[in-house]
Amino acid sequence: MRAERSLPLISAVAAGIAVLAVTLVATGHDPIVALGAMWRGAFGSWDTILSAVLPRSIPLIVIGLGIGLAFRTGALNIGAEGQFYAGAIAATWAGLHLNGWPGPLAIAALLITSILAGVLWVAVPVLLRVRFGVLEVISTLLLNFVADALVSWMVQGPLQETKRIYPQSDQIAASARLPQVPGTRLHLGVLLAISLAVALWLIYRRTLWGFQLRATGAGPLAARIAGRIDTKQMIATALLLSGGIAGLAGGIEVSGVSYALFQNLSPGYGFTGIAVALLARLDPLGTIATGLLFAALEAGAGGLQREAGVPAVLVYLIEAVIIIVVLLSDAFARRRSDGRF
Amino acid sequence: MAPVLELRGIIKHFGPVQALRGADFILEEGEIHALLGENGAGKSTLMGIAFGLIRPDAGQILVRGNPQQIRGPLDARQLGIGMVHQHFTSVPALTAADNIGLTAGWSVSPGPLYRRVRDLGEQTGLPIDPAARAEDLPAVLKQRLEVLKALATDARILLLDEPSSVLSPAEAESLLTRIQGFRSRGMSAVLITHRLDEATRVADRVTVLRRGEVVHTGQANAEPPARLAALMIGDPGWAPQRASRSASAGEVRVRAQELAVERSGPSGAPLREATFGARSGEVVGIAAVEGNGQRELLRAVAGLLRPSQGKLEVSAPVSFVPEDRTSEALIGEFTLAENLAMSQGQSGAWVRGPWLDWGAVERRTLELLGEFSVRAPGPKTPAMALSGGNQQRMVLAAALERHPMVLVAENPTRGLDIKATAEIHARLREAANQGVAVLFHSSDLDEVVELADRVLVVRKGRVIELPHGATRQEIGARMLVEVPGAG
Amino acid sequence: MDADLLVSFLTSAVRVATPLLLAALGETLAERGGVINLGIEGAMLAGALAAAIGSTAGGPWAGTLAAVTTGAMLSLGFGLIAVAAGANQIISGTAITLGAVGATGAIYREVYGSAGVGLSLPTFPVLPIAGLDRIPLLGPALFEQSILTYLGYAAVPALWFLLFRTRWGLALRAAGESVEAATAAGVRVKRIRIVALVLGGMFAGIAGASLVLAQVGTFAEKMTAGRGFMAVAIVVLGGWRPGRVAGAALFFGAAMALQFLFQSIVLNLPYQLFLMLPYLLTLLVLAGGVGRVRAPAELGRE
Repeated sequence: MRAERSLPLISAVAAGIAVLAVTLVATGHDPIVALGAMWRGAFGSWDTILSAVLPRSIPLIVIGLGIGLAFRTGALNIGAEGQFYAGAIAATWAGLHLNGWPGPLAIAALLITSILAGVLWVAVPVLLRVRFGVLEVISTLLLNFVADALVSWMVQGPLQETKRIYPQSDQIAASARLPQVPGTRLHLGVLLAISLAVALWLIYRRTLWGFQLRATGAGPLAARIAGRIDTKQMIATALLLSGGIAGLAGGIEVSGVSYALFQNLSPGYGFTGIAVALLARLDPLGTIATGLLFAALEAGAGGLQREAGVPAVLVYLIEAVIIIVVLLSDAFARRRSDGRF
Repeated sequence: MAPVLELRGIIKHFGPVQALRGADFILEEGEIHALLGENGAGKSTLMGIAFGLIRPDAGQILVRGNPQQIRGPLDARQLGIGMVHQHFTSVPALTAADNIGLTAGWSVSPGPLYRRVRDLGEQTGLPIDPAARAEDLPAVLKQRLEVLKALATDARILLLDEPSSVLSPAEAESLLTRIQGFRSRGMSAVLITHRLDEATRVADRVTVLRRGEVVHTGQANAEPPARLAALMIGDPGWAPQRASRSASAGEVRVRAQELAVERSGPSGAPLREATFGARSGEVVGIAAVEGNGQRELLRAVAGLLRPSQGKLEVSAPVSFVPEDRTSEALIGEFTLAENLAMSQGQSGAWVRGPWLDWGAVERRTLELLGEFSVRAPGPKTPAMALSGGNQQRMVLAAALERHPMVLVAENPTRGLDIKATAEIHARLREAANQGVAVLFHSSDLDEVVELADRVLVVRKGRVIELPHGATRQEIGARMLVEVPGAG
Repeated sequence: MDADLLVSFLTSAVRVATPLLLAALGETLAERGGVINLGIEGAMLAGALAAAIGSTAGGPWAGTLAAVTTGAMLSLGFGLIAVAAGANQIISGTAITLGAVGATGAIYREVYGSAGVGLSLPTFPVLPIAGLDRIPLLGPALFEQSILTYLGYAAVPALWFLLFRTRWGLALRAAGESVEAATAAGVRVKRIRIVALVLGGMFAGIAGASLVLAQVGTFAEKMTAGRGFMAVAIVVLGGWRPGRVAGAALFFGAAMALQFLFQSIVLNLPYQLFLMLPYLLTLLVLAGGVGRVRAPAELGRE
């Protein structure tokens, strides 16, 4: 089963690299040199792995886990970007007030605040879905914009640095920062991400509730009638947890990487996270792998630009190709096994 | 008279199941031809092929002597073939006029369109309000809309798929009379039905289909009905085993007083002031024409719908066998073990706190497969790989696994062959013998009469209890007509 | 506030609303057919770049033509993936947009070099409509715009007619309400959805062109900044009806234009609050707070 599932992903990555190579040749770059630069940007040294790839993978993995949880019930949370920012705002606010707190307590307080903020941010779409049947796709999308505007206001207003020069906040208290591996940019958040993945894996595999999540997504009508599952509540709970997890990602990012709030803190984690979850087939352990994959791609893109002068933004095209190849192979696999049920 | 439609040697597989094995069918010009067969014999598949909804694996179609390729409903319509489906195929949010206009390809401007629809209604004796939204129409008018759509496309060959299944007997009468009238307009019609009496009353010729093959074709009145029935069933000497009944019924398990339930879904009807009960050990049959509130009654007892008024007391646990097993009872891509785990929820023996022991689930599933004679490779088989009969056996097994006090079943033998039907009946009877209060509904009145100890008729949302020994005629009458002073 | 400022604000609002309107009209078609096209953001961005390149080569009309073609092609791609192959609409739409961001960014750098030097392009001039532009307040705002804005005006009744007075439009709406019923009525659902998507993509392309050639006057990376997604919100607020969508687009445009107004007036309110307003209003509408809207039933179903 594992091999059958990773084959499309491997061929998708190969397709992505192929598209990149073609583009490089078409624009007059040497593909071997460029691909080498890309590899070195991600895996060239321990430094790149620990400081470029792994730190980037943490928000991707965490958000991917959150989106995967919701998607198990069939609910697509595309508001992860907004929930991330909500978490980041709350984390920054908390972090600015945690001076003098002992380290672990400060971090815990900050992260809990970010989780709550994420839950709050998704609560309105959940309410709209449960009470009025509003597509959460639309409502969560809208709130992304609102979150963006909120961050903009925060860093130019209430949370702006005391110097009032740049649109960013002051740095959070030292005790509220996640400890780093000395000499690198890798922080403790990586352990949080892995623990979350393992915990979710256990829940999905071994608990009744975790199983019922999947039933809700695979057959909502049967789940409700034969399984006596309250699907509305399942979906609502899954979305709320998903928002909380996305908010946590924002908190981790503030506490471990940026130590402050500013605009564009997220280069689109909320959207890339969807791909991370999907490509892992919503499997939590697989999400670690796909999160690392996308982080490596984006770190490599940095190397691509630095060494070979190829625009880093091209990596989004590669990611898009990978996603589309996997989507198509899934769609065709479904076609083949389509009997009359 | 020349044949106006011919189907020759039609073969069709759906995955591993063979639905049609070289079926032949000839429709003569100007005749009404009944296609008889029990559920699952292949009637709808055969006509679906004639209408282009399904592509045959092999065989030929000839329209007025010319071989034709019918790739879809559009091709069929162009050849003058129209189909009136068993289920609702109109776009719910659009108006009746829009639906007719869409199917017939008429111009869309409201003025001329509405006029055309009104004219059509008058000509055919089937008037309908053009501006009414399709989903708001009552069942009778929805059926009428289906017929109008077919007529609007100038169909000369009408395929009617169980047209009376959603109608009361009186409404069905009226429809069948209309259909006979079409003959004089130069149309030919195929009447797909599993009801012998309809076929013999209205049709000129009949064809009997059994397990995908034609077993008889001839004049409608050439053979006695008993012989036709035997041909449909296939085993003239075999009669279903009637399980013995236990002694008198025990404690009350279901008590409803002045119960009212809101309608569920667009084709439902509200239940009003219903007072009824069910006791341990008895099988209560609900007789009703679809859309009169029986679905609401059953689902309220099952705990799926909340009463809006009145009192309802049901001894827990209640098990429910829903009508549509493929979407309401089972998840096709889940294994049998997973489906069992889902159906038992918290009360599964393998649940300890939040934890679920899959090994135990699989072991129990294996045991149940044996107990209930479910033909499946094993507990890890996906539910969608099983045949309808085996799926239903599994559903019933899961329902009884909860050791229910009350068992509610909606059309439990729908789409099953005679043997599976008899098995399900036996299990329901056995459950009753062991003390379960069984409440069930079947759209087949004969089945209700045969299986039930007591019959409740639901009509326009009201429940009428019928005395012991009421005949089929009496029950049928109560289903349609208001009897003064009663119920 | 004096009249001049108000007129200037209204004019700016209409100008800003134009790309939103065009994109939203395109998305209305797609969603009436039952498909949510999140690739519209990518189509708009790609259209914008195509417009820039085309205009440099052959003037604004060439640019518009290039934009229309590009938008159509991107949406065709989306249609093949999400409708023909049956992949998840949301994810494939997001992937298309993602790919467009990457491709346009890279192409822009290659063709024009980095360092974000402001490009100067042949653009569409303002085309005042004599007479109508003399109406007080609304005149200049509505009738001193570019040709693409006027195209937008014409598109609203044209789209309404297409949707509600033609057989094709009826078939499309049927496909968006019930795939099963539409198929039974003889509608080729997949085909009509893809055609609607391609038409929508053409609108998205023109929207991108109007952004470059009639509003900003140059191209910059990621310049659409979510306007395509905004169009999705506008369609919802407009209840999937062309006339109301136009009103909603104007509302969103006004909110965006407020930013520039605030640079002239000093107010104690942060302008971001006004930026949030259209989205919050859309949420309210969705909740049935301000006029119940009913989405095409097949929307969101796979």
